Amino acid sequence: GTSVVVYMVPQYSSIHIAAVVVSMFSTIICGFLFLLVVKRLPEHVQVDDPAVVKRLAKKLERQQIPLRSDYGYKVSLFSHLHQYSRKAPLTQLLSIPSTVIHPSIVRLGLQYSQGIVAGSNARSVALLHAFKQVIRDYTTPPNEELSRDLVNKLKPYISFLNQCRPLSASMGNAIKYIKKEISNIPSQCKEEEAKTKLLTCIDRYIEEKIVLAAKAISKYAIEKISDGDVILVYGYSSLVNNILCEAFEKSRKFRVIVVDSRPRLEGREALRRLVQRGISCTYVLISALSYILPEVSKVFLGAHALLANGYVMSRVGTSQIALVARTYNVPVLVCCETYKFCERVQTDSFVSNELDDPDDLMVTRKGKTQLENWQDVSSLGLLNLVYDVTPPDFVDLVITDLGMIPCTSVPVVLRVKNLDQ
Amino acid sequence: MELQAVLMAAGGGSRMMDLTYNTPKPLLPVGNKPLIWYPLNLLERVGFEEVIVITTKEVQKMISTDPKVKLDVKMKLDLVCIQEDADMGTADALRHIQQKVKTDVLVVSCDLITDAALHEVVDLFRAHNATLSMLMSKAHEFTETVPGQKGKKKTGEQRDFVGVDGTGKRLLFMANEADLDEGVVIRKSIMRKHPRMHIKTGLVDAHLYCLKKSVVDFLADNKSISSIRGELVPYLVRKQFSKSTNSPKVIDETHQNLKKNDSNISSRDEELLHLTQERSCWNDHRGDMSDAYHGGRLRCYVHIMDEGICYRVNTLAAYIEANRLAPKLFDEPAVHPSAVVSERCLIGADSIIGASCQISDKTSIKRSTIGVSTTVREKVKVTNSIIMHGVTIEEGCNIQGSVICSNAVIGRGADIKYCLVGSAQRIEPDGEHTTASPHLMSKACSA
Repeated sequence: GTSVVVYMVPQYSSIHIAAVVVSMFSTIICGFLFLLVVKRLPEHVQVDDPAVVKRLAKKLERQQIPLRSDYGYKVSLFSHLHQYSRKAPLTQLLSIPSTVIHPSIVRLGLQYSQGIVAGSNARSVALLHAFKQVIRDYTTPPNEELSRDLVNKLKPYISFLNQCRPLSASMGNAIKYIKKEISNIPSQCKEEEAKTKLLTCIDRYIEEKIVLAAKAISKYAIEKISDGDVILVYGYSSLVNNILCEAFEKSRKFRVIVVDSRPRLEGREALRRLVQRGISCTYVLISALSYILPEVSKVFLGAHALLANGYVMSRVGTSQIALVARTYNVPVLVCCETYKFCERVQTDSFVSNELDDPDDLMVTRKGKTQLENWQDVSSLGLLNLVYDVTPPDFVDLVITDLGMIPCTSVPVVLRVKNLDQ
Repeated sequence: MELQAVLMAAGGGSRMMDLTYNTPKPLLPVGNKPLIWYPLNLLERVGFEEVIVITTKEVQKMISTDPKVKLDVKMKLDLVCIQEDADMGTADALRHIQQKVKTDVLVVSCDLITDAALHEVVDLFRAHNATLSMLMSKAHEFTETVPGQKGKKKTGEQRDFVGVDGTGKRLLFMANEADLDEGVVIRKSIMRKHPRMHIKTGLVDAHLYCLKKSVVDFLADNKSISSIRGELVPYLVRKQFSKSTNSPKVIDETHQNLKKNDSNISSRDEELLHLTQERSCWNDHRGDMSDAYHGGRLRCYVHIMDEGICYRVNTLAAYIEANRLAPKLFDEPAVHPSAVVSERCLIGADSIIGASCQISDKTSIKRSTIGVSTTVREKVKVTNSIIMHGVTIEEGCNIQGSVICSNAVIGRGADIKYCLVGSAQRIEPDGEHTTASPHLMSKACSA
């Protein structure tokens, strides 16, 4: 804001008028800048606003992407989010030899919506792989520049993937990077050269931000694992699994407790991979957490994204684990690559989240499905949340490829990253 | 381009010779449209813009010259002719067009009438990066009496044994009763990987296959395989579990040989795919220590339809059933606007009258299909029958449960029950014919 200092002058002078005019202009300009800086709410958290939904439908129609309709009764607290059914894929509204959308993007969208590619690292790598195919098959139309046309080509694909499954923070950062790289292609560059350059950029991004970052994080994390440790992990995090396998190879003696939760039961896959290496593991469900925690010496958690105010966004249940661990004074270490750092600020799990298919909560045992007709019961709503946020006071350390930092240093890292770019 | 459609229309219709000895199978009228229209309509509805049609010279000539055969499709049809007497199987035909095949193919048979959601089959093909994806349906009992058949249908049809896994999507085992000597033999390695297998016998194979391009290239190298359904599909299903599958196997090797200059690109992409699978927490099975898909590179999937129409018109019974149900698949009016129908005739709700027909007074037509340019004179009763094109039915006839082929003439007052009258035959007036042998109808009267 501006402060207007009024000088008491005995008569109106030009200085007085000039000061007032300048202060008025600066207020207007500051107000304008303020509006620019405050971003509008993204449309995927405004599903209960019909104007926003109409705008989205119009945009999709322009891009020739079908609109996926919401499914089932939504719990009122989360009615501002999308809820899709896995049994109604987006492909039933598309033509079969897909001409509008590149085939590898259609395949990717299917794999996202069916959960075949799950986990933020896997999703980002698959996305970049599909983009490589798109770039390889791309030809610049006449009178167009590659740097602008390719970005416009990618926009409907991104909308399509968003409809199949909401984009993750890591995917968003990867897309931003690619768009920047494409726009930076000089206009006199030949098409073949430009394409090879883009493909190598993508390869380098994956190599640096995902593969090498995992190696660096393992190196730091292994310093924190000592012999005789009992490590608790939650669900499946590719990074944490990587760390534990490498620590085991470096002959650290530890055992692992895998905590799992319904409906995804991803811990079973984590358990399988750890046991395959020969690590001794225990498996519990999250309801047994306070029973098992007295045995635990450290908790390693993976993250889906790290928000700008230090909150950790991860699979639903993580904040529970962090809370109970804090109660038992067990150190909580979060492992996260820097490309998952996000500029969003969130303090609760309600505003921005993802609602998965509510039918996943139905279980069939001995041929009987208990909740089969849940839609008929008017007072019953099924909620299948995917993410939750953990406050930084429950997290003791964040291990990133830049080193081991406290949770509150995340904005510093973001600022350094922006300066680099 | 993602998928190319290939329509196999060169089959002879060997199991319904009574109908096909004069009209080739792809052009048999079902609901007054040629049989080949149904799969073409299915492909068009789904969004295909061009189709490669493999057919015989005779059919190609009839399509281009005969005005009664109007295909009414907006897609571009690329007709490839093969010799009728070359005795080519479906796989041989695919090998014949190998040069035209540039991407993965969707092979459809010309006798398929279905309203299946094709995206289910293709989604399995895309999502799991499958080598083969096919469509099957629960078989429905044919309820109509077939002319010329006394008593129940003899179970001379060999059964197909189809084994699927717990989800009902992955194809584990496929064999025909004719190929099995004493019993169903399942390898222990398959049981170890998939302890729960459901074996089904009452399924109809729709002959709709999504095949990877490398399979077509593989066919070009292996000339011993001549039928897709009989040899290629069981081979691929068996190859899923063969020991050499984990290392680069026959199909991939052929594929790599053909794309030597692109090898560095595909290997880098393979690495990325491998990285994705490694980082993803999805597994298609649980309970053992192996990775997703048990590390196998070749996968076969099947989509089994529970409800909906799916018929393969390759026997007389299927042809009659299809005629009964085909009208549900399209929205045209039952009585063609150009037919001349007099006012005092009774046309049932589920009958179809073709173009340029002449139906005279006091006729009663129930549950029947009347073809194009057919003349029906007074006081005729037609029930439960199929009358093809250009037939003349004189006064006072009574036709029940029969099939009258094109250009036949039924003399005055004839009484025909459950018979099949061949093409261009004449039935004497006042004749009475019941479920006699159909040969009497088609051949004896030809003199």
